[in-house]
Amino acid sequence: MSYVSKSPWIIHYDGSSCNGCDIEVLAALTPLYDAERFGVVNTGNPKHADIFVVTGGVNEQNAPVIKQIYDQMLEPKVVVACGACACGGGVYQTCYNVLGGTDSVIPVDAYVPGCAVRPESIIDAVVAGVGILEEKAKAMKMNPAHKDRSESDAASGAHVPVAQVDDVPGASGAGVE
Amino acid sequence: MSKRTVIPFGPQHPVLPEPVHLDLVLEDERVVNAIPRIGYVHRGLEKLVEKRDYTQFVYVTERICGICSFGHSLGYSQCIEQLMGIEITDRAEYLRVIFHELSRIHSHLLWLGLLADGFGFEALFMHAWRLREQVLDIFEECTGGRVIFSACDVGGFRQEVSNETLKGIVIVLERLREEYRTIAKTLLDDSSVKSRMVGVGYLSHEQAKEYSMVGPFARASGLEVDERLLGVGAYGELSSFEPILSDQGDCYARCDVRVKEVLQSIDIINELVAKIPEGDVMVPVKGSPEKDAETMMTLEQPRGQAFYYAKGNGSKFLARMRIRTPTSQNIAGMVAALSGAELADVPMVILTIDPCISCTER
Repeated sequence: MSYVSKSPWIIHYDGSSCNGCDIEVLAALTPLYDAERFGVVNTGNPKHADIFVVTGGVNEQNAPVIKQIYDQMLEPKVVVACGACACGGGVYQTCYNVLGGTDSVIPVDAYVPGCAVRPESIIDAVVAGVGILEEKAKAMKMNPAHKDRSESDAASGAHVPVAQVDDVPGASGAGVE
Repeated sequence: MSKRTVIPFGPQHPVLPEPVHLDLVLEDERVVNAIPRIGYVHRGLEKLVEKRDYTQFVYVTERICGICSFGHSLGYSQCIEQLMGIEITDRAEYLRVIFHELSRIHSHLLWLGLLADGFGFEALFMHAWRLREQVLDIFEECTGGRVIFSACDVGGFRQEVSNETLKGIVIVLERLREEYRTIAKTLLDDSSVKSRMVGVGYLSHEQAKEYSMVGPFARASGLEVDERLLGVGAYGELSSFEPILSDQGDCYARCDVRVKEVLQSIDIINELVAKIPEGDVMVPVKGSPEKDAETMMTLEQPRGQAFYYAKGNGSKFLARMRIRTPTSQNIAGMVAALSGAELADVPMVILTIDPCISCTER
């Protein structure tokens, strides 16, 4: 990887996990792994976040919470499912109170395997998430459903016109090589 | 009387690594009542005992909680060994206690970091977690896992850890002790840190007794409860063991107790490594628990007393496995300590009980 065009802010929510992945998500931000060198910041506010990091499976009580956090995030957004439980239930798959992985309530863009996940793979997934984020941003510009909004924003001066964004070097390319 | 307001706290909150919900009833800025609601992490692991046989269930107990994973597999294995009358080797007993104390060091360092983050001292959080990585490196070197080790099993200890490796662990811990002293000094002597903790979230000795508090939370209110005093396993071989107590009962006292427990754990490991006997670490396990045989075990987890109960049904599957974890005991005390606290101090009070919701809800 030579270049990342955006500093991704993440929001982390612990579904019904064992904590192992949660502490590894935090460990990825602390000095040994130091994801902050890519500009990754852990935020508590869904509206500030680009990447939603979910650990653990989904149960009856936390399904609405996960959905609500996802809905509060602004487009474009990326969901990273961290760990075996978030990918598909893991060891708890057959438990009566586990509905399944994160993808049983919200669409997931990147799956990180491991029980517990290693901080290296979390960083890998977040950096790959930046690439997906850019593709989504590009698709939004092409999509006529979003066109009205971007036009009205451009008229009010709130947004840089689309043509200018494309002129910025590297902004249109994938962030990850 | 001023008007009461209810502020929801959690399940998704920056200071909480795990989801728990609290309805805080406030009068102006003061909390008059806190109503906890749990269930966000409930998976139903005790029921899973019907689908996994007793050797497979070790891996499930490890995944009750990623922070106290070794403690849970230790408690479960001891429980099954008692149920089936298995005698494990002395070396395995020593290794188990050494690893249990190592996980206490990692758990307390993790907590000290979260506490520092809770009062906004981010540099201290980063330093505590930097030191914690040294302990995780030991785990990775010896067992291959950073947080889930699958090292403790029914019948002993899965990995043979050589005496040279154990001596290496002692050297790493001695180096860690020196670095740790600077962090401990900041946590205990810095005036800005003290101003956030002294006198906050007070729980008296009588209250702690009345609510049956366990672990460092109880010891900070002067209650002498520590399962290590029972001397189960290699704890009985220690030349002396005194639980660390404080009588102040506030957030500062809880921090103080945990800071000192890290040093105490290093001492325990040093002593056991010097005395560890030679021999095998695993004994073969055959058969299955008898029908209606029952047993219970208690264990001092980093957060306090954990209780294990198992009942056999004559086959490879257990009839019942019950675990009571320290945080489920401590939630009542947390609610008591919260009433009267300022709203801004609520995260501090919640953090100082060291809540482990995954353990509590299983």
